[in-house]
Amino acid sequence: MQILKSVIGRKILMAITGQCMVLFAIVHVLGNSSIFMGPNGGLINAYAEHLHAFPPLVWVFRVVMLVLLCIHVFYGITLTLENSAATPANYAVKRHLKANFASENMIWTGLIMLAFIIFHILHFTVKLSSLGVAEGTDALGRADVGTMVITAFHNAGYAAIYIVAMIALFLHVSHGFQSFFQTVGLNNDRTQCCFTGIGKLVAFIVAIGFISIPALILCRFI
Amino acid sequence: MSEQNGMNLTLYVWRQKGPNATGKLESYQAHNVSPDESFLEMLDEVNEDLIKKGIEPIAFDHDCREGICGMCSQVINGVPHGGQDRTTVCQLHMRSFKDGDSIYIEPWRAKAFPIVKDLVVDRAALDKIIQSGGYVSCHTGGVPDGNAIPIPKKAADYAMDAAECIGCGACVAGCPNSTAMLFTGAKVSQLAALPQGKAEAAQRVREMLKTLEECGFGNCSNHYECQAACPKGINVKFIAKLNREYMKSIFIK
Repeated sequence: MQILKSVIGRKILMAITGQCMVLFAIVHVLGNSSIFMGPNGGLINAYAEHLHAFPPLVWVFRVVMLVLLCIHVFYGITLTLENSAATPANYAVKRHLKANFASENMIWTGLIMLAFIIFHILHFTVKLSSLGVAEGTDALGRADVGTMVITAFHNAGYAAIYIVAMIALFLHVSHGFQSFFQTVGLNNDRTQCCFTGIGKLVAFIVAIGFISIPALILCRFI
Repeated sequence: MSEQNGMNLTLYVWRQKGPNATGKLESYQAHNVSPDESFLEMLDEVNEDLIKKGIEPIAFDHDCREGICGMCSQVINGVPHGGQDRTTVCQLHMRSFKDGDSIYIEPWRAKAFPIVKDLVVDRAALDKIIQSGGYVSCHTGGVPDGNAIPIPKKAADYAMDAAECIGCGACVAGCPNSTAMLFTGAKVSQLAALPQGKAEAAQRVREMLKTLEECGFGNCSNHYECQAACPKGINVKFIAKLNREYMKSIFIK
């Protein structure tokens, strides 16, 4: 497979898998916003029930997401290692003209996200008992996701983990979104600033959407 | 220029005896530097002083000294070519500095550009990339008539913008990943935009990228530092075009 060996081919795989995960994050934040509707995070229970109504589809979706994540992480790490091998000596003085905090720290924000994803799955999907997850059912016999989330985020430590991870998500997506268009060649000098702007906006809206849940619960607004 | 108007500067210059020697920054004083001098002329004067003192002069690359050959390759105060917009080191003038300034002068740093001596690096890796596909393989014969091959003005301008690259390597030196994607992208885009180059576009992009990797350059992660460092202002749209040409090449035998 030529694409798996080529410098640009591997980047294209990273870009496509990354952008798919951005789409997932957008759908995820929209779904999560149902916690703001209904009493005691009520509507999220209905949302969760519908989402899990057909288990085979849930599992296919999970496997696809896992494959996307693995490809993205694998090439992210290998390309970063290759890049540091290509720059063996550092400048005594280096001033960047265009690179920014987000673009320079993609590997670190990415690794924070990876650690977070593992934690998040153990927390709210596996519901690891040692993490003190409040499992239960609501009056209609559905899994009580609303109570589980609200109980978890009354703990400042858990809320902080989610908020910090979403700041990393903002930085990662703010560079990654426009990077996708450049890498797959759907870019030129006229579209560049447009994609950069949209990328930052998408990253900001998604991050704020996610952060609002632990932040508002912690402040007892929900 | 009267004597008292000259600037006194402290230079921190990378000195390295040979490719395998350990280098370090040495400090030198430049006295009475005229603001009208070019940066290289200032270094010439420093070298004359060093020779008089019996110290080995600073080795640096230079050739045309009019900003078109791409030989002068110095990272000045952390920026390739000194950071003045669209300016090579030879066209950088001392009026951009002020009396008492400290100036750090380092060579291009990249695995693909081994240091030969002091500020001189071996940029043959860029030639290898060109040799692997940066040309049209047919014999073109003598100079053809001006309009023998009709090319739309837009395409000609686009190709010319890409062809402006002087191959100095500032894109690699400025890049946090030391990649030559802007250099390669400029050549691939230039040839792919013209009828003579289109025929071999797929093979060209494959070969040039293969060589780029073999030479030890890194991968592009879209910092766009290259465009900012380029003395000819080559746009990163040519990297997008390179990526596009690569995508097309996957489907062409």
